[in-house]
Amino acid sequence: MTAVIINIIALGAFAVAFSRNRQKALKSIKVATKMFLGILPMLIIIILLIGLLFGFVSEAGLRQFIGEQSGPLGVLLVAVTGAVLHIPALLAFPLSASLLAKGASITVIATFITSLTMIGVVTLPLEIKELGGRFAALRNGTSFVAALTISLLMGLFI
Amino acid sequence: MKKKIKQWLPVIVLALISAVLLYLRPDARAPFSTTVLDYALELVVVLPAVLLLMGLLSLFISNEFIGTHLGSESGLKGMAVAFLLGTLPTGPVYMAFPIARTLRDKGARVANIYIFLSAWACIKIPQELVELRFLGAEFMVYRLLFTIIMVSLLSLVVEKFAHKP
Repeated sequence: MTAVIINIIALGAFAVAFSRNRQKALKSIKVATKMFLGILPMLIIIILLIGLLFGFVSEAGLRQFIGEQSGPLGVLLVAVTGAVLHIPALLAFPLSASLLAKGASITVIATFITSLTMIGVVTLPLEIKELGGRFAALRNGTSFVAALTISLLMGLFI
Repeated sequence: MKKKIKQWLPVIVLALISAVLLYLRPDARAPFSTTVLDYALELVVVLPAVLLLMGLLSLFISNEFIGTHLGSESGLKGMAVAFLLGTLPTGPVYMAFPIARTLRDKGARVANIYIFLSAWACIKIPQELVELRFLGAEFMVYRLLFTIIMVSLLSLVVEKFAHKP
């Protein structure tokens, strides 16, 4: 059902764009194809990793590290992992869904998504160059706080 | 060419590792292949639409559009506009750094720049659609809600401690 809605939204947007500016709308297909080729290697890696997760990792083992009982240490570990990793957000969601299905807690998954998307250790030099060390430190530091708070709240509510 | 090799080398290495592991453990073959097919199919039905939407947004939402709208409102309305503008562009957040710098140089509020960057990072619309598909509406709505609350509060903290431009 959601897949149908998503496709309707995209086609609707395309129709509106097409009626406004034909050439630009058609060019967006080219841009989309280029984006697809750009993420394709990472896409295959993520799908393989999910396959390996279901084939080789025991649910009990995974639960111990990132399940409900993993405690603050598990959450902290995931927050740091998310901050360091450099995965497109689009692909973080299927990966997160697979971890949830294997017994990871909501808190851990929310931490992973938030810290992965908001904090960028790899891109920190670029951020410092453009916006200065003070702002970069403040932004990434507060994002870390945000990741932990958002995920704890989500763990309480879901 | 070099960039291509660098991109595909990890894929090949991981594929080889998977092949060896599956050869050694025949019982893992069934769950592995079902899962891979499952997730690949899940992605096939939404990814083209999401990428098309991203392509459209990248062409129709220009940096100038963001620039003229981000600086023009103040107060709560300015913050709301910063959130909205952050959800529209595509690309990883480091692409937003130069835009943020230009906005700051032009005198935009630090809190609004922080909100814009945060929204760009974690609540972009095409991303949210994928989140809806894979993690469900409840997860998506709660994360959206708590993110907006936390980012709004923290934007004021960052503004207080950041140097004034």
